[in-house]
Amino acid sequence: MIRLSIPLRQALARMSLPVLLAVAIGTLLLGRADPQAVERARMMLADVLSPVWAAVQEPVQAGRDMVAEVRGLWNLRTENARLIEENERLRRWHSAALALEAENALLRRQLAWIPDPAPHFRTARVVADAGGTYARAVLLAAGPQHAIRRGQVALDDRGFAGRVTEVGARSARVLLATDINSRIPVTIVGSRARAIMAGANTARPRLQHWPEGVAPQEGERVVTSAEGGAFPAGLPVGVVRWSPSGAAEVELYARLDRLDVLRLFDFGLSGILPPEAAPRPPPRARPPAPPAQTAAPSPSEAPATTPPRGGGG
Amino acid sequence: MKGRREPASGPLQRLDAGARAIFPVSLTAFLAVMAAVPIGPPSLVIALALPCVFFWSLFRPAAMPPLAVFALGLLADLLSFQPLGVGVLLLLVTHGVAMRWRAVIARAPFLVAWLAFSALALGAAALGWLLQLVLTLQWPPLAPPLALAAMMLGMYPPLALVLSRMHMAMARAEDALR
Repeated sequence: MIRLSIPLRQALARMSLPVLLAVAIGTLLLGRADPQAVERARMMLADVLSPVWAAVQEPVQAGRDMVAEVRGLWNLRTENARLIEENERLRRWHSAALALEAENALLRRQLAWIPDPAPHFRTARVVADAGGTYARAVLLAAGPQHAIRRGQVALDDRGFAGRVTEVGARSARVLLATDINSRIPVTIVGSRARAIMAGANTARPRLQHWPEGVAPQEGERVVTSAEGGAFPAGLPVGVVRWSPSGAAEVELYARLDRLDVLRLFDFGLSGILPPEAAPRPPPRARPPAPPAQTAAPSPSEAPATTPPRGGGG
Repeated sequence: MKGRREPASGPLQRLDAGARAIFPVSLTAFLAVMAAVPIGPPSLVIALALPCVFFWSLFRPAAMPPLAVFALGLLADLLSFQPLGVGVLLLLVTHGVAMRWRAVIARAPFLVAWLAFSALALGAAALGWLLQLVLTLQWPPLAPPLALAAMMLGMYPPLALVLSRMHMAMARAEDALR
């Protein structure tokens, strides 16, 4: 630094400050006039400083983690209390479940109950939507030696999706529950009432033919019914929703608008659909027909959709 | 106030004196860069740089020349994504005010210095707001300048504590030299 006497330096400082103020205002205007240059300068500075900041970030992150840790420890007490309470509740449920399990085993022993066989399933990728005879159907890609049969039940990860109607050498077609040709025998869990879930080519199939006096309630669970020997009982289907127009519909658990893979279950049931070794070529499309014994027309049911087809397709 | 330093006798002493001379500016620049670490509000840069400039302009004006203040302001502007020049103006005005009132404030007790700084910080925040108004030609929100002023007010005492320790240490070293 050049050594100057204090008065001289102060005089210089007195002079330099107004000049610099003017330059600052000039900078302000320059920044307004050419923002891109300012951005470039900013980025250059950031490039130079980013290693420094990266190094600084480490202890800061460590400090932050420590704060989070301390906060976690602080919350441990309330968390613990909550967990103890929850554990207590779960233990009650656990004992209830154990009691029910024991009772169930006892009853089964007394009934000589034949347990359900564990179903086999294979998973197939959905390769195409729609197409074919039906409005709402998907095509599955299957390997060359697949064991897919007609009548197998297709579920996505959440619930019932449809049923295999056509089987080719390397593919299979699944008729979705929303198709207008689809008729699924279902049970409404709350009242154990049987009904038919009929597709309407809309997002929600309709409920039909429930017994008189037990109208399905909003929000009740719907599962498949074993009536007719086409489905095993108890596959999750959806929940009952009453539409604004007053029709009972089923909001499916399965997300049929975004199917990726389907699980095809072989329950060894061959009700309704004729076996593969039929003497004549099987009809191209046969929806699962409603079992006659549950088809009790409900007085509140308005729309008469297409009746299930009987013989050839 | 003390007189001038004795001319440094050896290269080591000269190095020492040089280090002392550039220490205030480099410390302020370092703090500004650290404040720009993307964890806090961006106005933290100016909120740290302004008290530093104020303090060093009061107590070590030779080490905080206007040109350095200008460079610091430029650095702060580039770091804090403000319109270029706003920080420069704020720091230069701070420096000018501190230099003008130096004789009074530097001898006053800390509380008075803090009060003076408070007034200055509020004024600086208001000036920043006004500059924004002029630059964008629309009413900027009032909260950021108020937050900036509050930050500077809160930051001054701890900063001044640390910086005055450093200043004392440097003064002792200078006394030991002569």
